[in-house]
Amino acid sequence: MDVLREVGNIGAGNAATALSLLLDKPVDMAVPTVSLLPFEAIAERVGGTEAVVIAIFLRVEGDAPGNMFFIINREPARRILQGLLGFEAAENDDYSELELSALSEIGNILAGSYLSSLADFTGLHMSPTVPSLAVDMAGAILSYGMLQFGTMGDDALLIDTTFLEGQQEAEGHFFLIPDPESFDKLFRALGVPI
Amino acid sequence: MIEVVLIKVGMADLNIAENGALLRTTGLGSCVGLTLYDTQLKLAGMAHIMLPTSEIAREGQLNIAKYADTAVPELIERLKNKGSVVSRLVAKMAGGAQMFAFAGGSDTMRIGPRNVEATKLALTQFGIPLIAEDTGGNYGRTVELDSQTGIFNIRSVQFGVKEI
Repeated sequence: MDVLREVGNIGAGNAATALSLLLDKPVDMAVPTVSLLPFEAIAERVGGTEAVVIAIFLRVEGDAPGNMFFIINREPARRILQGLLGFEAAENDDYSELELSALSEIGNILAGSYLSSLADFTGLHMSPTVPSLAVDMAGAILSYGMLQFGTMGDDALLIDTTFLEGQQEAEGHFFLIPDPESFDKLFRALGVPI
Repeated sequence: MIEVVLIKVGMADLNIAENGALLRTTGLGSCVGLTLYDTQLKLAGMAHIMLPTSEIAREGQLNIAKYADTAVPELIERLKNKGSVVSRLVAKMAGGAQMFAFAGGSDTMRIGPRNVEATKLALTQFGIPLIAEDTGGNYGRTVELDSQTGIFNIRSVQFGVKEI
């Protein structure tokens, strides 16, 4: 578990730096949590299965495949857009093409920096697919990350890192759900005897 | 005011309801929310199906509510235990979306449509007519079945509420 927490630390640490550079203000992150959770409990982390969130999803391919999500609630997303684009973002649920594309790009940069630092550290080859953005119910989105675990049981192993911006509440979450087959590879690469 | 009983069906879960209780499952993405209804008994069943076939299962204790090919017979069995007969059952379903589109999408990414196909196949095997569906698309759904009326209520972020 400590090793997997380290995985979250390495990846998200780098991503937090990238986000901080983008927004030109300090971004902190909480200590990653690693837990084996029932499927529904994973959505609880971001407000429940029906909570509307903005998610950037990408599949990790290579030596240690898995699913990665960058998830932000609507309020912090609005603040990020405001900071980045310099204008008042839409108040309702509708995001403009520009806003969606900006969010997608942010997710892309963050996920990329998460993965590249992880790949550097472990020496494993990991490449992200083109990220895909959705604004929808958390349950509907996150269930995609659990399919690989679905054939094994009713729980999935989640590496969750929360971003904090100053004293504001959770800015966003980084979820990494490695495929069940990836754990051996990750452990071995990080020097843990199996 | 009459208190309406709400029965929650979790992910990879199934349940039945009667006496006007509501069955509800939330945040369906690629998963399929299948409902069976017996008009005569006002008896309803719902399954939140996650994967098409139990053939791919590698789990020790099989969760039969999770797979289309095992959830359908189990739901039928539960309704029969309450006095229903297969010939009276009608099906409605929603979900099976493809939330994310990837170029050269793998089989996993096509899981929504595959769940829909597998559920339909299982219904056909039992001769249960599918009288309404709201499947596909790229958005999440929350669904509710009223055991009093058999009305299937579907809610999504983009399209609001609809009934089938």
